[in-house]
Amino acid sequence: MTLSVCIRKRLSPAFLLDVTCDIEPGVTILFGESGSGKTTFLRCVAGLARPDEGRIAVGDRILYDAHAGIDVEPARRQAGFVFQHLALFPHLTAAENIGYGLSQRPASERLARTAAIAASLRIAHVLGRRPGQISGGERQRVGLARSLVTDPAVLLLDEPLSALDHATQSRIIADLRQWNEARRIPILYVTHSQREVFALGERVLLLQNGAIAADGTPERVMNAPAQESVAQLAGFENLLEATVVDRRPDAGVMVARLARTNVTLETPLVDAGTGDALRVAIRAGDILVATERPRGLSARNIIAGTISSLSREGATIRADVHIGVPIEVHLTPTSSTALDLRPGHDVWLVIKTHSCHPVSAI
Amino acid sequence: MDWPAIALSLRLAAVVSGVLLLIGVPIAYWLAFSTWRWKFACEAVVALPLVLPPTVLGFYVLLALGSQGPIGRLWTAWTGHGLAFTFEALVIASILYSLPFTVQPIASAFAQVDRTLLEASATLGVGRLHTFRRVVIPLSIEGILSGIVLTFAHTLGEFGVVLMVGGNLPGITRTISISIYDDTQSLNLAAAHQTALLLLGFSLLALSIVYALMRKPWAVAPLS
Repeated sequence: MTLSVCIRKRLSPAFLLDVTCDIEPGVTILFGESGSGKTTFLRCVAGLARPDEGRIAVGDRILYDAHAGIDVEPARRQAGFVFQHLALFPHLTAAENIGYGLSQRPASERLARTAAIAASLRIAHVLGRRPGQISGGERQRVGLARSLVTDPAVLLLDEPLSALDHATQSRIIADLRQWNEARRIPILYVTHSQREVFALGERVLLLQNGAIAADGTPERVMNAPAQESVAQLAGFENLLEATVVDRRPDAGVMVARLARTNVTLETPLVDAGTGDALRVAIRAGDILVATERPRGLSARNIIAGTISSLSREGATIRADVHIGVPIEVHLTPTSSTALDLRPGHDVWLVIKTHSCHPVSAI
Repeated sequence: MDWPAIALSLRLAAVVSGVLLLIGVPIAYWLAFSTWRWKFACEAVVALPLVLPPTVLGFYVLLALGSQGPIGRLWTAWTGHGLAFTFEALVIASILYSLPFTVQPIASAFAQVDRTLLEASATLGVGRLHTFRRVVIPLSIEGILSGIVLTFAHTLGEFGVVLMVGGNLPGITRTISISIYDDTQSLNLAAAHQTALLLLGFSLLALSIVYALMRKPWAVAPLS
């Protein structure tokens, strides 16, 4: 069954949530910075917020239709919702929390289903305890189990793992994937963590200022950003203005000259013609630094520059290097010390072709 | 010790607390969850007895309950006898006078229930009434008990309104406070002292219970 959403909701005079999409069975990531409208989108699907206009349906079942005057109440939408802060009932045990949505079913069925989901999510040992008495990861699993046990037609997760360490996150994500292999319901998973995008997603929707800015596989949306805003979101420190000067379709690459410099960069080929303006997105951590011109390297881009400043940012040394334009490079403190880097020193920057991501220059 | 007065006061406090629990919970729920823009006016009306002199409230209640008043006439037509200076009149006046003591603690407890819990309940397919019973009530139980205890204690010690509406009829409308007032007026200080001390002790006990209930047993550890 497919979740079809076509909604408009004005949240403030300057902000309009305007989203049209079909969510197929499987995990779809809703990725975007805070304030992009992700949570409001989920709340509209769950019936916790009402769109100004539009239509929401799961398969043939209409949940909301502004024209037809249909607005199914949240309790009848069969839309499981895992809240960011979980909203576990503090006065009920884990078992009572999980069985809460099954209160209309016979006690024997409720207990059996609670036990089954608890076993599959590995929280059988905490069933008798209250939420205040179990760990963060266990609470997260109880929150998930509580929604999954009701057999929802669609599952909405609002940054459910953001408070957990990576190892726990990975284990819960694996369990969720496994659960959904048998069900194949549409799961909308809101996050602003890139790691979760790659671990979970079969498809990513990038939400920006209330609209879908990109849509595709995690690799496509996150690694080869089609638009500059995507690159900014995905953590590219360097966005360099450039012009395409050569295309080599046979080698799958092209050459772009950085604006206001003679520096050329070899990048993967994208759909842009010679002379087109674009930007090249490069992560600061993808750039190597050498104090002498390197030889015999596979990397195609070797650029001369001068260090203009060095600063420490946590466990990283940030070097601002001038190559005609400023470019940010991240190194470890040990490599910075070993190379004896100082402001004013000449260096060589080494960048692999596939670390240069051409993005459209809107 | 004026035992009939004590018995009457206890009976009055029990009836008033019971009735106020029934009507106070829905009012508190509405005050806590309604988004109606003029709600503040209703809150003011409910809170009015807190600031209104008991004689003023008693005066208007007496007019309404008297043989010429709207409620008094209805009552006479229904039961065949007047309402003023009866136990029933005391109950009606006390319900009005103690309304904020029931409603405010309960409304405040309802308002403190995390709205996300109610949303979570809805997304789990559970209707409002069931959510109220399984989530709102258990998480507000201290506030509800506080409201009942405060109402009981407040009604037990009532004086002005009772005097205006009920007068001083032994066994019918003569409550503990009026008994103390009477004893003091007739210089029977020893009796007044005994009754006053009893009321003082009870009030202290009631407040201790309220403050003990205010401790939250369900505190959730913050997510790290």
